[in-house]
Amino acid sequence: MTGTVSRRRAAAGLALVLLAVVAIVFPVVFSSPVVTNYAVYALIFVAVVTAWNMFSGFSGYISLGQAVFFGSGAYAVGIAAKAWHINGVGVFALLPLAAAVGAVIAVPFGLIALRVRRHTFIVVTIAVFFIFQLMAFNLNSFTGGTIGMSAPFLPWTPTAFNDRFYYITLACAVVAVVIAVLVRRSRAGLQLRAIRDDEDRARGLGVRTMRVKLAVFVLSATITGLVGGVWFLYLTQVLPQSGFDPLFDLSLVLMAFLGGLGTISGPIIGALIIEPGQLYLTIRYTNGYVSEILLGALFLLIVLFVPRGIVPTAGEWLRRVRTRGRPAVPPVPTAPDPDPARSGLSGGTR
Amino acid sequence: MTVLLRTEGVRKAYGGVHALDTCTVEVDEGSVAGLIGPNGSGKTTLFNVITGYAKADAGHVYLADRNITNVSPDKVFALGIGRTFQLTRIFASLTVLENMLVASRHGGATARKRAMEQLEFVGIAGHHAELAGTLSYGQRKLLELAYVLVADPAVVLLDEPAGGVNLSLVNHIADRIRELNAAGKTFLIVEHNMEFVMGLCDQVTVLDSGTVVASGPPGIIRTDRRVLNAYLGEDLDPAEDE
Repeated sequence: MTGTVSRRRAAAGLALVLLAVVAIVFPVVFSSPVVTNYAVYALIFVAVVTAWNMFSGFSGYISLGQAVFFGSGAYAVGIAAKAWHINGVGVFALLPLAAAVGAVIAVPFGLIALRVRRHTFIVVTIAVFFIFQLMAFNLNSFTGGTIGMSAPFLPWTPTAFNDRFYYITLACAVVAVVIAVLVRRSRAGLQLRAIRDDEDRARGLGVRTMRVKLAVFVLSATITGLVGGVWFLYLTQVLPQSGFDPLFDLSLVLMAFLGGLGTISGPIIGALIIEPGQLYLTIRYTNGYVSEILLGALFLLIVLFVPRGIVPTAGEWLRRVRTRGRPAVPPVPTAPDPDPARSGLSGGTR
Repeated sequence: MTVLLRTEGVRKAYGGVHALDTCTVEVDEGSVAGLIGPNGSGKTTLFNVITGYAKADAGHVYLADRNITNVSPDKVFALGIGRTFQLTRIFASLTVLENMLVASRHGGATARKRAMEQLEFVGIAGHHAELAGTLSYGQRKLLELAYVLVADPAVVLLDEPAGGVNLSLVNHIADRIRELNAAGKTFLIVEHNMEFVMGLCDQVTVLDSGTVVASGPPGIIRTDRRVLNAYLGEDLDPAEDE
């Protein structure tokens, strides 16, 4: 048993090392800016979907308002760079501000939205999302209105630009995944998963549900705000409809559901499949709606055929193969009571 | 004997239906108290009011001398009252051990050790790594009992611990309660299985339509005319009673 666990750990460690090597040499092997562009977007979504899953996947509170933090992070960097006349690589110093803005917005957002559950929570997150999108459209002097904001110029060649953003987004993705793993293994992560199963029961066992939910919601928003800032610098522009894009949230949900909601690796797999696919379809078919129609069709297929996602379904299949032939539920070892008078069925008083 | 848990004139109505009406119940420290009554008599509502799942319209709940009326469930648990539910409520997607750790007040190796000890005690330690959702109904009952105990509450409220489980498991649960009680744990048990209640409890309180109709040792309750009326739903002939 211990040997099997050690072998599994060794295999997992080896796989991680291989994955790290592949991730590091990727832009060296595939140096085309077209390919690295795909990779940068995929990594941005790996980071954001991991942050989203850290709260929504673990707790079962499906948020459709993650773009609030993403767009706000992007705008925060743009507004601050413009206001403080920051140019060149110095603009990266504003990324902590993007993270902080995400966190600050998440506190009142969470305090309101996390009081309700299920579909009501989803509706509240959508409402907050539209409030932010409308603010971006209408606060012209602040956000640039429909014209949006441009990022400061980065003095890098096109190849160096993509390569450097590849490593920056890779670092963001790694940090997001490490934080997600730590959260999952923590007491708060366990309590969030208990909340997903039965929130009222968790409260009855001493879990301070609001505090736990809010803490992880803010953490998730912090990471998303930071990545929003990186995305803005990569794209060099943010518009209200791109920073606060309703399809962004639907894509996150789709990625998590495809890979496996609430797992660590599932949403990563989902992001690595969906984001490059979506980009390819958008570039291949100039009519952008084709990719959206296919996205909708894919969502239907997932719900119908792998409702729990790739990772949990594959895990279940492997478990079934391993435990074939064993009883589903072994009986509880309860020895028959030799003295019926002692038992609760004796009818006598103690 | 010191009264550890006391409800005083508790009222609770759902719309026009009075689930509890000036309900006063006392549980002595170190005792096993039973709460019985026909379906709809307010037993589970009283549990809900005590544990903060439902707010009392009037009256008070005291743990020792502390007023805990309408305190939230997490605080009630932290103050020392643990409960199980009529229909088991476990965390199906967590492992059995993780279920235990949710209820644990602290994390780390000590919490794991204590959790495993409780699982050993109820007899399901062998299942600690399995998903709780794969357990049988009886095993879920044991898990619920175990994770309520892991935080070492002063009072344990059990809602139909013997409901829907086989006779061997009923005996197993009764034995565990006796052992815990012998070690000083206080219990309040709602149960329809009269043999279970009468064989286990020191004191039995009978509820009917949200009101306490009788309270006393099992031997007296068993023959109390008001109790028989409550269960049979009709007045007995006084001559027959004599």
